[in-house]
Formats: sequence, C-alpha cells, structure tokens
Amino acid sequence: MARHVVASLGEIAPGDCKIVTVQGREIGVFNVGGEHFALINRCPHEGAPLCRGVLVGLAESDRPGQFRLVRQGEMLRCPWHGWEFDIRTGQSWCDPDSVRARSYAVTVEPGETLAKGPFVAETVPVSVEREYVVVEV
Amino acid sequence: MPVPAPGAIDCDVHVALPGTHVLVPYLDDYWREHILTRGLDRDNLDIGAYPPGSPLSARPDWRPAKGNPGTDLALLQSQLLDRVGTQYAILNCLHGAQVIFGEDLSAALCRAINDWIAAEWLDRDPRLRASIVIPMHSPELSAAEIERVAPDRRFVQVVMLVMGELPLGRRQHWPIYQAAERHGFAIGVHAGSSYRHAPTSLGWPSYYLEDYVAQSSGFAGALNSLVTEGVFVQFPRLKVVLMESGVSWLPNYMWRATKTWRAARIEVPWNKRSPAELVREHVRLTTQPFDAPSAAEVARIVAEIGSDEVLLHSTDFPHWQFDGEDAVPEGIPEALMRKILVDNPLQTYPRLS
Amino acid sequence: MNVTVMDRAPEVSTQSQLGFVDCDVHPYVKSGADLDPFLSERWRKHRQMIGGRARQALSNSPQYFRLSPGTGMRRDAWPPGGGHPGSDLDFMREQVLDKFGVTHGMMLPLIGRCSDERNVEFGAALCTAVNDWQAHVWSDPEPRLKGSVQVTAEYPEAAIAEIERRAGDRRFSQVMIPPRGLEPLGRRRYWPILEAAAANGFPIALHLGGTSGHASTGGGWPSFYHEEHHSYVQSMEALVTSLVIEGVFERIPNLRVVLVEGGFAWMPSLCWRLDKHWKRLREEVPHLKRLPSEYVRENIWVTTQPIEEPERPEDLLQTFEWIGWDRIMFSTDYPHWDQDDPRFAIKVPLPEEFRRKLFRDNAMSLYGLA
Repeated sequence: MARHVVASLGEIAPGDCKIVTVQGREIGVFNVGGEHFALINRCPHEGAPLCRGVLVGLAESDRPGQFRLVRQGEMLRCPWHGWEFDIRTGQSWCDPDSVRARSYAVTVEPGETLAKGPFVAETVPVSVEREYVVVEV
Repeated sequence: MPVPAPGAIDCDVHVALPGTHVLVPYLDDYWREHILTRGLDRDNLDIGAYPPGSPLSARPDWRPAKGNPGTDLALLQSQLLDRVGTQYAILNCLHGAQVIFGEDLSAALCRAINDWIAAEWLDRDPRLRASIVIPMHSPELSAAEIERVAPDRRFVQVVMLVMGELPLGRRQHWPIYQAAERHGFAIGVHAGSSYRHAPTSLGWPSYYLEDYVAQSSGFAGALNSLVTEGVFVQFPRLKVVLMESGVSWLPNYMWRATKTWRAARIEVPWNKRSPAELVREHVRLTTQPFDAPSAAEVARIVAEIGSDEVLLHSTDFPHWQFDGEDAVPEGIPEALMRKILVDNPLQTYPRLS
Repeated sequence: MNVTVMDRAPEVSTQSQLGFVDCDVHPYVKSGADLDPFLSERWRKHRQMIGGRARQALSNSPQYFRLSPGTGMRRDAWPPGGGHPGSDLDFMREQVLDKFGVTHGMMLPLIGRCSDERNVEFGAALCTAVNDWQAHVWSDPEPRLKGSVQVTAEYPEAAIAEIERRAGDRRFSQVMIPPRGLEPLGRRRYWPILEAAAANGFPIALHLGGTSGHASTGGGWPSFYHEEHHSYVQSMEALVTSLVIEGVFERIPNLRVVLVEGGFAWMPSLCWRLDKHWKRLREEVPHLKRLPSEYVRENIWVTTQPIEEPERPEDLLQTFEWIGWDRIMFSTDYPHWDQDDPRFAIKVPLPEEFRRKLFRDNAMSLYGLA
C-alpha cells in the first residue's frame, strides 16, 4: 500500500471525475458533493472504461408506476451495458455480493502533512499551503 | 416414462364444446334469443388453435369415434383418469367465445361455458377441476366473472390465451389479476392467440406448424411483459402457470431477460429482483410438451431452470404429445418426481386443498 | 463468496495473434446529408421535402427509446473530433479495428432506413446510396471493412439489380435484408431476392432492429425497451422457423444465412421444438425432406452478440456445441451500448481450436476471405 497524491483539492469539480494512472492501473477519482471517491476504471462485467460512465441517482420504487430518485449522483452507470455501481463501495446494484468494481480509499490531506511523507506524487506538485486528494493503492 | 404412482395431479387437460348449441340452456333470455336468431348456435366457434383433424390435436387412441377431440367424458375417464390413477385433472376449454370482439357477447358466452363445464364435467366426476374462461380483452367483465364463479371451489384457475390484444403484463389486465389473487386462483396462460396481431413480429406465417412453433416465442413475450410491468410486485401472491409452452425455451429466457434487466431496470425500478428470480418464485410450467430430444437435454433444462418448484405435471390430453403411457418426460430427476406430480400443483393451486 | 473484480490484464494478444474477424460493426453518417452525394437530384429533393417514412409513429426516433444517447450508443464511443459514434474512421480504428487486431470487419449500416422505407423507389435509391457510401467512404480508405449490400425486399426488381451490381466487388461480403419485413422472409414472394443473393455468392445477413408495422410480440406491443430488446430473440426464432418451414433451403440449397444481433442460445430449444412438432405435422409440409434442424445446421450461421450470460457460465459451452463450433462467429456490434468485448465477453474457457474458429476461421471460410 502506498499513498498517491492524485489531485489538488478543488481540481475535480463536484460531479466530475479525473482519471489517473497509479502503479500501472487507471483509477477514476470522483467528487460527489464535496466527497471524493476512487474506483478502478474497468468494469467487472466486460472491461469497459467504467469511469467514463455517468454519475446518476439511485432509482427506486415500491410498486409499478411509482418512482423516486435517491442518493443523487452516487451511482456510476457503466458507459457500455449500463450496470450501476455504488460510488462509495464499488458494489454493483444488480449483484452487490458478487460483482463489484475495486474501490480505493481516498483522503484529503494538507500539503504540510504530505511534505513529511511517505507519499508518491509523480504528477502533482505539492505545496505546503494547499490540500490534496490522496488515493491509497 | 409412465406416471410412477397413482395420485398425480394433471395440470392441463383439454375439453371442447361439441358445438355452441350446448350453451343454449346456460344463457339468459336475452342472449339465448340473440344467439338463436343469429344462428350462432349452428357454428362451433372453433378458436383455430387446434384444427380438429390435425394429428397434434388428438392422439389416435384418444380420438372419439364421433365429434371433436376433448368432447367425450367417458373417453377421458377410461383413457386417462382411470388408467393413470389421476387425483385431479384441471380442465382447460379454449373456445372462440374468448376472442369475440364484442365484449358483452364474449362475456355472455364465457359465462355459459363456465356453467356448462360445472354441470357437464365437474358434476359428473369428482376428480375434475377447471379453469374459468373469461373475455380477457374486457378486464372488468372478466373480473366480474371470476367473482361470480369464485364460490365454486372446483374452479382453481383463470385461463388466458398467451397472445391477446395487449401483452399480458399491461396494466389494463390488472383487474383480472386482482380478482384472481383475492380468491386464490392461479392465472393459467395457455398456448393460443386471439390473432389481433400477427403471431410473429415478422408477420403472418404460411403454415400451422409455424404458428404452433411460434407459441413458445409468444410465451417468452408474454412472460417478459408480466415480469417487466411488475405484475409480481403488485400481486405478490399471484402464481402464473404457462401451459403447453414447450418448457425448454425457459432457461434462455431467464439468462437473456436477467441480462437485459441489469441494463434496463431503470425503466422498471419496481423490479428489485432479477427476472430469473421472479420466474422461480411466481411462474410455473406444465410439462407437456417438453421440447427436448432426449433425457440428457431434459435433465439439463431442469437443472438450468434451477428450482424444483417450477414444473407441474400435465398430459395435455387429448393432444398428441407422447405415445403410450409415457406422460412424464424422460430425464426428470427421480428426486423431483413427487414435487412435479403432486406437491407443486398443490402449492400452485391453493383451491385444490 | 465469489467476488468478481476485473483486475486481470486484458488478453490483447490473443485476438491480435489470431487475426480477428468482427462480424458486426456499424458505420454511421455524421448527418443525413452525407448520403446526398450518392443520391440523384430527385431523391435529394425528396429527402429534404418529405424524408423517410417507416411504419411507425415517430419519424426520427425508434419507438423504444434506448438507454443512452444517439439511439443507444456506447457512451465512450463519441469521437473526440465530433460526430456520431461510428462515424469517424480513425476513432473506429482506435476503438475496434486496431485495438483488437481486426483483419476484416463486416459493416452492417443502420442508416437511412433504406430498407423499410414505404416509398419503395425512394427506398431503392437510398439502398444504392448507402452501398456507394460504404464502398467509397469506408472500404476504399480502409479495406479491412467489408460492406453489406442493402436492398429493399418490397421492390424485388431493384433488389436483384442492386445485388447484381455489387456481385464480384470485393468491397462487399454479403446482402443485408431487415428481417422484420411485411411478411416472414421465408414466404415465396421473397425467394427471387434470396435466389439472386445465393446465385451471386453472397450470404444473407439478417440483423434485428426496427419494425415494419407488426407488433414486437404475437401478443401486442410491449411497453419497454427492456422487452423490445428481448423480443429480438423471438424475432430470430420466427425468422429461422419461416426460412426452414417454408422450404427456402429445399428451393435454394446453397443459400447461406447469417443471423446478427439476436444472440444464439435460443437456437437449440427452437430446433428441438421444430423437430418435435414437425414429426407430428410433417404431412402439412411435404416439401421438407429432412429434419428442420438439419437445414439449420447446414445453412445458418449465428453471430454471438449480445452474448448470453448463463447463471452457470459453462452452460454456454453446451449451447455452442449443440449449434456447432463451425457455425458461430464472434461479433462486437460496435458502437452500440450492448456491444461485446472479444477479450471478456465469454466467461468460460474455450478450447483453443474453437477460439480460432469463433474469432476467425468460420468467418474467413463463410465469406471467402483471404
């Protein structure tokens, strides 16, 4: 496990995703309403670039003809077959126990802390005055 | 193989009207005069699903000496019920009454058919049970007929054609399902079409064989409608029995519909469970015909269906689906036998108990 | 607990080494005007004045809305330089042809609604235009892409002329007819077109989609795309039934039929049903000399997409086996949302010999590619 600085705070706007390559694997880092999450950019179904999908709410219903949208922006819908994944856990909606996208712990840390290391920041220069999004891989 | 022991419940046996004239005593004054003055009693209003002369429509040894297949109680008793030791046989009557455009005439004839079945069949053999015939394109009148017949516990099911005016799951049909659920009737979906639409999305085929083969596709479409529209969410106690569907199409339906649901479930968010799971819980299939070439394929299909509760024994009498006594398809695992022959029917039809 | 996380490296090498033939790729126009250079003045004007008229209410949209923009496109297939998915050759190379080492890509254009246009003269003109467009805009700059000759089945003279015009042109590999026609394709009225295709060495590609006015199920119009997508299976079943039972393969034994975009796992149970009930009703169809499944085995090829995903993945192998290893060809269906990735679509290990047939040899031999 190593911590990787992948973006400065504010760089990823709410609702957006930044796709970064960490240790050879593509990871999508999302900002959902100010919280950051990271999922591998590969759908467990057929290998689609999952993080190029859309962030949507979770559609729920108790009976035919009723609709409600909850957890807005917290489901990632695959750009190919439309399977939905929980941005917080990587679990698929259709088969949460056995199909999930790998998720990574994300923290926001001040540059001051990061300067003490250990961390990896190949592409994001760190300054002690700012805060950064850090993914643990 | 033959039915292994007496006491089986036969979930698809056909009866047919010798002619519309037999309904005359069961009609009220208005409809009796209406039908007699139009001469409809002289027509047999055959629904066209089973041309009486076709080999499929009656096994040679089950064909009555005179009259249409399925019209002779004594033959049913001697050729099937006595020989097999049937505990109950559920009668299905397919008749033109079910597809007549005018809703009121359709309903009047369906009422008469139900009363005729009670008097001419159920009263004469205690082993017989029956499905209620309804004007399915008129859900309100259908529901009223279900309510009317409900006190007679010998009716255990409501029968609908697999292909009607609207796919079976459409909300317009829901009064039928509501009434059925309330009174513990299963919904029996039987092969057949009102031919409001071409039997295939490609148009009208030339041959009867094509129409008959297309019934399985019709079942897949109807089942898909029941599943996606949320009938099993709206009516959680409802059981649907697919009769004479061919069976072996079902695993592919479950795979494909579940795959599509994973993508398209946002259209129907009420379905929190996959089509395959909904089928296992709510849908039952009768075993004749079982379209598979050998015991190995039958066993494979049963394993792929993945539930020991889905199949219900049937002979499809008098249709010619098997020869001799071999009513049970070879390849059905021994461990499932009692479930298919007795337990599953009893669970599916609470009114049998 | 069996947790599926896709963390393995993609097996890029396998297909590239084999040389992969993709049996379903969809090229698109950037706009309807792209066809103008290939239309006469009269039909250019007609297109602007009246436009296409199919047998449905919505003139510019499918009746069953897809789940992603552009009539159900992969969300990552919109070319960076603009235009519709599938309309940019370079991007198609990047996402499919080069990526998977495709040696031949069978183009199945779904544009212009040429084949089910109600004005059949306009339909025939559109077919010719789409065919010229495939040849000039796609195959000429990218010879790996092979065209499908569009014809309108309701105008047999024009269809046959179009087939003959393209015969011998190596840019075309097959004839494409929309299977949802006015009548089932096995009916006699279509035989001259089928005969012309066979006589000129073209297989017939039958790709599902759209409507010609008949409800998608025998019981009427479904409500949802969820159902419509599944109804393609039933349409394929009806198609095979029609071609076999109407006696097409007795009449035209050298006709080769390719089913596209309907999956394939329905085929065994359909054939069992055909055989079983044919035995009972064969006197009705004395023109059939063999079991229905034997005609299927000999004359029909299937493409894989959208691949079935059985609950027990190994069940797929038995399905393949029953259909026949030499009759199944992999297709991606790029750039549609439900396209399949050749590296990951099949969830069960395949014998090496079959991999080669599935991804390459069967198509090479069917289409006479070298």
